[in-house]
Amino acid sequence: MELLNKWPKYYKKDVISHYCPGCGHGIVHRLVAEVLEELDLGRKAYLVCPAGCAVLAYHYFDFDVIESAHGRGTAIATGAKRARPELFVISYQGDGDLSAIGTAETIHSANRGENICVIFINNAVYGMTGGQMAPTSVIGQSTMTSPEGRNPEVDGYPLHITDVVASFPGVAYAERTSVATPAGIRKTRKAIRQAFETQVEGLGYSIVEVLSPCPTNWKMDPVTACRWVEEEMVKEYKPGVLTDKREEKRKEKG
Amino acid sequence: MIVKTLCAGSGGQGVLTLGNVLGNAAMLQGFHATYLPAYGAAMRGGTANCTITIADEEIASPVASAPDIVVALNQPSAFAFINRLVSGGKLIYNSSIVEEVPERHDVEAFAVPANDLAVELGNARSANMIMLGAFAKLAGVPSREAVFSSLKLLMGRKKAVFEAGCRAVDKGMEYLS
Amino acid sequence: MDKVFISGNHCIAEAAIRAGCRCYFGYPITPQNELGEYMAAHMRRAGGVFLQSESETAAINMVIGAASVGTRVMTSSSSPGVSLKQEGLSFLAGFEFPAVIVNMMRGGPGLGNIAPAQGDYFQSTRGGGHGDYRTPVLAPASVQELADLTVKAFALADAYRTPVMLVGDGMMGQMKEPVTFPEPIDPETLPAKPWALKGRGDGPSRYQASLILDGLEMERHNWKLVRKYKVLAEQETMYESYMMDDAEFVVVAYGTTARIAKGAIKRARKDGLKVGLIRPITLFPFPDKVLRELARSIRHFLVFEMSTGQMVEDVRLALENCGVEINFHGRPGGVIPTPVEFSRVIHRYYRRM
Ligand SMILES: Cc1ncc(C[n+]2csc(CCOP(=O)(O)OP(=O)(O)O)c2C)c(N)n1
Ligand code: SF4
Ligand SMILES: [Mg+2]
Repeated sequence: MELLNKWPKYYKKDVISHYCPGCGHGIVHRLVAEVLEELDLGRKAYLVCPAGCAVLAYHYFDFDVIESAHGRGTAIATGAKRARPELFVISYQGDGDLSAIGTAETIHSANRGENICVIFINNAVYGMTGGQMAPTSVIGQSTMTSPEGRNPEVDGYPLHITDVVASFPGVAYAERTSVATPAGIRKTRKAIRQAFETQVEGLGYSIVEVLSPCPTNWKMDPVTACRWVEEEMVKEYKPGVLTDKREEKRKEKG
Repeated sequence: MIVKTLCAGSGGQGVLTLGNVLGNAAMLQGFHATYLPAYGAAMRGGTANCTITIADEEIASPVASAPDIVVALNQPSAFAFINRLVSGGKLIYNSSIVEEVPERHDVEAFAVPANDLAVELGNARSANMIMLGAFAKLAGVPSREAVFSSLKLLMGRKKAVFEAGCRAVDKGMEYLS
Repeated sequence: MDKVFISGNHCIAEAAIRAGCRCYFGYPITPQNELGEYMAAHMRRAGGVFLQSESETAAINMVIGAASVGTRVMTSSSSPGVSLKQEGLSFLAGFEFPAVIVNMMRGGPGLGNIAPAQGDYFQSTRGGGHGDYRTPVLAPASVQELADLTVKAFALADAYRTPVMLVGDGMMGQMKEPVTFPEPIDPETLPAKPWALKGRGDGPSRYQASLILDGLEMERHNWKLVRKYKVLAEQETMYESYMMDDAEFVVVAYGTTARIAKGAIKRARKDGLKVGLIRPITLFPFPDKVLRELARSIRHFLVFEMSTGQMVEDVRLALENCGVEINFHGRPGGVIPTPVEFSRVIHRYYRRM
């Protein structure tokens, strides 16, 4: 009998996950490793991991990984990809990392149409530092720094950064998915594949925003957390393809 | 030997080109040379100036708080910089447009109607090179050959510009001989 | 090669390309804009990368990216922009990535002005960013030396796997002087960097992390850096001595200030004063050994800076317990002192001897 669900080639064995039970990071890690294997990209992969819960991603990924300062992932990715275009470059970032402290780097790497892939874990909170409000926290969401719920009057509104960059001509592919259901996980895997193929084809910037549970900081059990993604988060952040300019880009390239 | 020169005028008069040709000429003649343009905010307001130092020894500061020679291409520069001249220094001014030279008894002033001479040459834009010729004559450095080599280096690709430059330099040298 | 009459900013860029630098990332700021502009005009033609980043923070992180894959890489800025780069400098030091960072210093604090200054000595030599690290700092005093030390900076960066700073000032960047450039280096011929991330290929995967949660391991890393700095101090310390043969009085100054000091010393010598100059070329490592040796026979030291007194602290540290007199004269904020002013100061302290 052949096992259909094999251990991904580019995922380290014999390491114990530091992620909390029910955390979305681990799921997305695995999808990234699987798609790299599927497209045979692991040998030249270069992934930038963020300051955030995924800071130790190199414990799991069995390809080349570098850590970034908080928010600077796409700048490092830009430098590496420009210096060695033959590398397959991924920037893996959280919502605080990508849409708060790293906003400028996000906007400008996208606007330059850097030929890199961004995996954006939106868990509506600063996970690593203990559950403070993120730019992505939804209205009314209570966090360590919005204890009475996010109030737009003082805290502003949830930031839809992926929608912003999706409108840029340099962004070839942008999709939002969730990993709170098996169907969502399958969609996420597909989206990651689309994004990776975009870079392989040299079409420019691609980003996959993944709505991802953080049971620990949401103070929920894993099941409730998944339900919260599907019932609350998706109201603010509608899953779907936000832009797909790959056909245009192919024509531009000739 | 060390000669510190301040060249000044309005933007568009070619003051920085003058300085650059001069600095290159000094280098080509084997001298130590520095060229320091006024930069940034000092460039706003349409004025331009640069300091060129030519020496046969290592040059300490490229700044001239008291230049030996001032080359003034317009009226405001003559006013502004004659006071900076070292006692015994020389002012060369563009008498085509500088109408008044402030009194200073311890310096010598040399009038060169550069704009008029340039028109005579049929190239109104070469006033700066005429001033350069006058300077070289008066200062004794750099040599005519060095100035020509410098022009060749910087403008040699455009033959007409190079030749017009040489003629203007000669015109300036003749004027002060 | 023939001499070229070239500005300091252009000279650094040309020398960097010749040194095999193939990536440049920067954000405009006066008085070093011409450096980036030269790169824009020439880097792509040399087969390299020029990118105007959205900020200095982004630029230094792009530097990290390019350095991590083994490319010779440079960024440049002036004081306020270099403050923004400190985050990345700390990471470069921690990762032990080679890179060259240019600071053409201007008057500060704050936006200050664009005139030459030396107020970033502490920031440059003390690490600048967070954490326990140092950055080798080279301080040229002529445009020729800018060329030579740019090449040197890349060599040091690679040899010691460290970011290296090249510090000048607004005047050094704008000034033109004759320069003979070194022959270009083909980056392909440089020694391989086995640590660089180039994709795992068929080998094991690798990672570069700066988060070291284990205290003992972090401590080990810190001591490793210290050992590296010690070797740097032993092997790479550079200084110039000028008119020191019979000197009874030593001036210490670097960069532009040292040039002005030379002018002052020449004047003072004409008046019969036995004055010489020690010009640190590396600010870190600081040439403290030579100062200590001099202190055996010379009792009087005078430090000139275009600041309110920063390098003077290194002179004091070097001469601790030597029982010598150390005086200081500085002009901060973008004021350029003159040789006449310095020679007056020399006379004043010399008379007290
Ligand atoms: C300059 C800087 N500021 C603050 C921090 C502390 N910090 C580390 S991770 C983080 C937030 C992480 O949140 P997010 O990006 O959403 O990632 P998550 O942990 O939720 O996956 C913060 C504020 C830091 N490392 N660096
Ligand atoms: S804190 Fe949240 S994001 Fe971080 S590991 Fe735990 S569940 Fe995941
Ligand atoms: Mg988060």
